[in-house]
Amino acid sequence: MKLTINGKVHEFEVEAEMPLLWVLRDELGYTGTKFGCGIAQCGACTVHVDGLPARSCSTAIGDVDGSEITTIEGLGTPDKLAPIQEAWVEHQVAQCGYCQSGQIMSAAALLDSIPSPTDEEIDAVMSGNLCRCGTYPRIRAAIKTAAAKMEG
Amino acid sequence: MGKIKTIARRSFLIGSVAVAGGAAFGVYTYKKPYANPLEDELYAGESTLNPFVLINKEGVTIITPRAEMGQGIQSTLAAMVAEELDVAWETVQFKHGPAASAYYNNAMFAAGVPFNEFDDSFVAETMRSGMKKLGKILAVQMTGGSTATIDGFDKMRMAGCSAREALKTAAADRWNVDASSLETENGKVINPANGESLDYREIAAEAADARPATVPLREASEWKYVGKSMPRLDMTAKVTGTAEFGIDVRLKDMLYASVISNPKLKGKMNSFDASEAEKMPGVIKIVDLGDGVGVIADNTWRAFNAVNAIEFDWGDAPYPDTQAGMWDVLEKGLSLDPLNTLRDDGDVVKASADAPDGISAEYRVPYLAHSCMEPMNATALVTNNGAEIWTGTQAPQVAEQFAAEALGLDTEQVKCHTTFLGGGFGRRVEYDAAVLAAKLAKEVPGKPVKMTWTREEDTAHDFYRPIALGRFNAFFDNAKNLRAFDAKISSPSPTYDAMGRLGFPVGGPDAQLTEGIHNQPIDIENYRVYGYNAEVGVPVGFWRSVGNSFGGFFHESFLDEIANHRGVDPVQMRLELMANYPVARNVVEKAAEISNWGSKANAGSGMGFAHTLSFGTYCAQVVKVSQVKGKISIDKVWCVADPGLVVDPKNFEAQMMSGIIYGLTSAIMGEITFEDGEAEQSNFHYYDAMRMHQCPEMEFATLSNKTHIGGAGEPGTPPSVPALANAIFNLTGERYRELPLNKHIDFV
Repeated sequence: MKLTINGKVHEFEVEAEMPLLWVLRDELGYTGTKFGCGIAQCGACTVHVDGLPARSCSTAIGDVDGSEITTIEGLGTPDKLAPIQEAWVEHQVAQCGYCQSGQIMSAAALLDSIPSPTDEEIDAVMSGNLCRCGTYPRIRAAIKTAAAKMEG
Repeated sequence: MGKIKTIARRSFLIGSVAVAGGAAFGVYTYKKPYANPLEDELYAGESTLNPFVLINKEGVTIITPRAEMGQGIQSTLAAMVAEELDVAWETVQFKHGPAASAYYNNAMFAAGVPFNEFDDSFVAETMRSGMKKLGKILAVQMTGGSTATIDGFDKMRMAGCSAREALKTAAADRWNVDASSLETENGKVINPANGESLDYREIAAEAADARPATVPLREASEWKYVGKSMPRLDMTAKVTGTAEFGIDVRLKDMLYASVISNPKLKGKMNSFDASEAEKMPGVIKIVDLGDGVGVIADNTWRAFNAVNAIEFDWGDAPYPDTQAGMWDVLEKGLSLDPLNTLRDDGDVVKASADAPDGISAEYRVPYLAHSCMEPMNATALVTNNGAEIWTGTQAPQVAEQFAAEALGLDTEQVKCHTTFLGGGFGRRVEYDAAVLAAKLAKEVPGKPVKMTWTREEDTAHDFYRPIALGRFNAFFDNAKNLRAFDAKISSPSPTYDAMGRLGFPVGGPDAQLTEGIHNQPIDIENYRVYGYNAEVGVPVGFWRSVGNSFGGFFHESFLDEIANHRGVDPVQMRLELMANYPVARNVVEKAAEISNWGSKANAGSGMGFAHTLSFGTYCAQVVKVSQVKGKISIDKVWCVADPGLVVDPKNFEAQMMSGIIYGLTSAIMGEITFEDGEAEQSNFHYYDAMRMHQCPEMEFATLSNKTHIGGAGEPGTPPSVPALANAIFNLTGERYRELPLNKHIDFV
C-alpha cells in the first residue's frame, strides 16, 4: 500500500480495514492527528484525503490506497505557520489543544470551498468537531480572521 | 551528551530556601526545604538555580509543575517567574518537570478549610495558614480545585526573584562590585556604571552556588507580564500537531495495548474467553488483570479489535442495578444524620413553624462523565531497575505511588513523566490508566507499552460527578418577606470516594455536599443547609466545580423561585440578600448593567440570572434564550467575575468561556444512567456535548475588588446551569428541576 502524506511517499502493508487514523498514528508516526471516538462523531481525527476533509478514524485504508493525505503537520510547521494557524495563534484559540488539529483541518477544508463563510456555513461544517474546553467562540473568530488573511 | 547524576550535591539551595523557606518574606517558617529535583537530572552545561529555574546554553527554562489540561496554567506560572527574572517572553522555554515534593500545592489544602471565602476572621486565616503547612508536609504535587494560580502567585515570583538575585551576585563577584548596584534585563546582568553585561548563561553555574541577599518582590506597578495577556507558550505546538499528549508518546520498541474491565463497576470478572482474540493479527499477549483483560499488540487498532473480541462473564456491581434504585438511596439518605451542617443561622424550625406561607421544591441532577477529548491512556516501561510512566496526569506522584504498588516496587523506583493533558476536568487526578499500563508493561519487561482506552471504555469507567438530590423549603411572612430558607442535599460524597482512592482518606464533614449553597454571600435570618452522605457505590470523583456543579443549580434556581413567589425581580432580591457583601453586589450589578437586565432591549427573550461564589471567585451570569421553531436557542451569556487579581486577562476569559460551555453542556444534555449496573451511555452519539451551532455569543467583564486571589478553571461552570434554567422559566413559565433539560424541552 502507498500513501503520499504531506508530500512524502510511504509504502507499507496492513489490513485493508485498518482505519487511516491508526496507519498515520501507529504505523507511520503522524501523531498530530488525534483519536477521540472511533466512530466519526468528534472530528478530532480529521485529515484531508485528496484535498477533501475525512474522518480518518472511520476511513478504511483500503479505500484510500494511493491517495494524497494532508495532516495537521502538513498544513504548516512551528517555524512556518499556515495563515489559518496564525489566526489560531492570534485568537489564542487552543486550551487543552487536543481537538484543535481536527478543528483546524475542518476549518481549512471549509475555507478551501467557501473562502468567506457566513456564521451559518461555519456552524454547518464545524458542528462535526467537538471541543470539551469550549473554544468555539474563538474558533469562529479565528476562521473569520483566517478568511480575511487568505483573501488578502 | 551524557546525563550527569549530581556529583556534588550543593550545600545550599538558594531557591529552595527562598521559595519554600521564605526567610525573606516571613510568611512560611518551615525548617527544611524539599530537595531540588532538577539537581538529579542535570545535563552537562546545565545549572539549576532553584526547583523552578534551569539554565543551559539554550537559555532559561522555567519549570511549570502543574498539569496543562487547557487552562493555560503553564504559561501563567512561567509569566510569574519571568516577571521577576527579567527574561524576554519570546525566549522563555518551559516544561512540566519531574514529579517531586518540591512542587507541592499549598493552596489546595488551604481551600479545604471549612470557612467561607469571604471570612477573613483570625480563626479562618489561622486555619488556612495551618492547612498550607499541612500541604507542605504532605507535599503533594497536584493540579485541581482551581488552585494553581493561587498557589503559584508568590512562590513562582519568589523563584524568579531569588534566581535573579543569585545571578546578580555571581556577576558582582566576577566584576568585584556590589550586587545591589547591578540591574537585569532580557536575560542579562548589566552594570549601569560601565555598561558591561553578562548573559545569564555565562554565569549560571556560579549563580547556582551564590548566596544572594534577600530582596522583596516587585510592586504591582512594576509588572510587565503579570496582569497582562501573554501569548500562551503552548499555542504554536497545539496548532501544529506537535504538542505531545500522553497518547502521542512514541518510544523505541513500543507496543500498543487496550483494556476492557468490568463495566459493572467494582464487580469481579468470573471468567473470560480470549480464544478468538489470541488468533487475531498483531496480538502479542493477553493479560488477565483480575477485573478485566488487556491485550498487548503491535498497533492500537489491533489491540482494540482483539480486546473487543473477548467474551466476558462479569460479576455484579456492589450497588443497585438500576437508576431508580440509586435514587432510593438518596431519598433514604435524607433521613440519616447529616454529614455536614455548615450553615445553620437563626432558628429555621421555629421560623418555619410560625410562617403563614411557604414554597418547596425538589431538584435532581444525574451522574456525569468528564468526557475528556483524549481518552484515558498511559505508557509504561518496566525494567530490572524500576519503571517509567508517561501520562497526562493531574497528580504525578500519586500515579508513581500506585504504579509502584501494582508492580511491587518502591515509589522511588517509579518515575512519572507528565505530558500535556487532552482535557482533565478532575478526571486525571485518578491513576487508573497509569496502573493499567504498568501492569501490562510488567508482562513484557524492557518494552514500553502504550495503553489506550476506547471511548466506550472511557465513558464506562469514569469516576462520575455524583447524582444529587436537593429538597428546599422557603418560608414567608404575610407580606411575602423571606423569613427562612432550609436546604437538605443528599448525594454520595465525592471527597470521601476520590481522596480514599488517592491514598488520603478523609473523615468529617464534606463541604462538597453543599458547596454553592452553604457558603454563598447572602444573609437570611433563618438559614439552614445540611448535607447528607448517601453512599450509592458507583465510583464518583471530582468533576469541574465538584459540589458547586449541582449546589449552584439548586441554590440559584430556588432563589429564582423565591423571587417569583414574592413577585420581585430576582437580581434586585439578590442585591438585598447580599447587602453585607459589597464584592458580590458589585459583580451582580455589573452583570445586570452589561446585560441590560430588565430593559426593553431583551423583550421577547427569556432572561435568567445566577451568581455563585466558588473557588475564591465571585461569578454572576445572565443567560438569554429564545424559541426557534419550538426549540430553545441559547442566544447569549453575559459573565462577570471577580477573582481579585486577574493574572492573565485573555486567558482568564478563556477559562470563564470554557467553564460556561462545560456547564451548559451538562445542563442541556449531560447524563449518565445505569441499567444492570452498567452505564448506558458509551460514545459521543449517546453522550454528546455542546457543539458550534449551539454555542451562544458571550460577553465578559472582570472586576478586581476582592482581596484574596481566586481561581479561574471552575468558577464559570456553576452559575451557567441555573442561569439557563431560570431563563427558560422566564421565557416559558416552566420550571425544570431535574437535569438534563433535554428531558423536558428541545434545544436547537
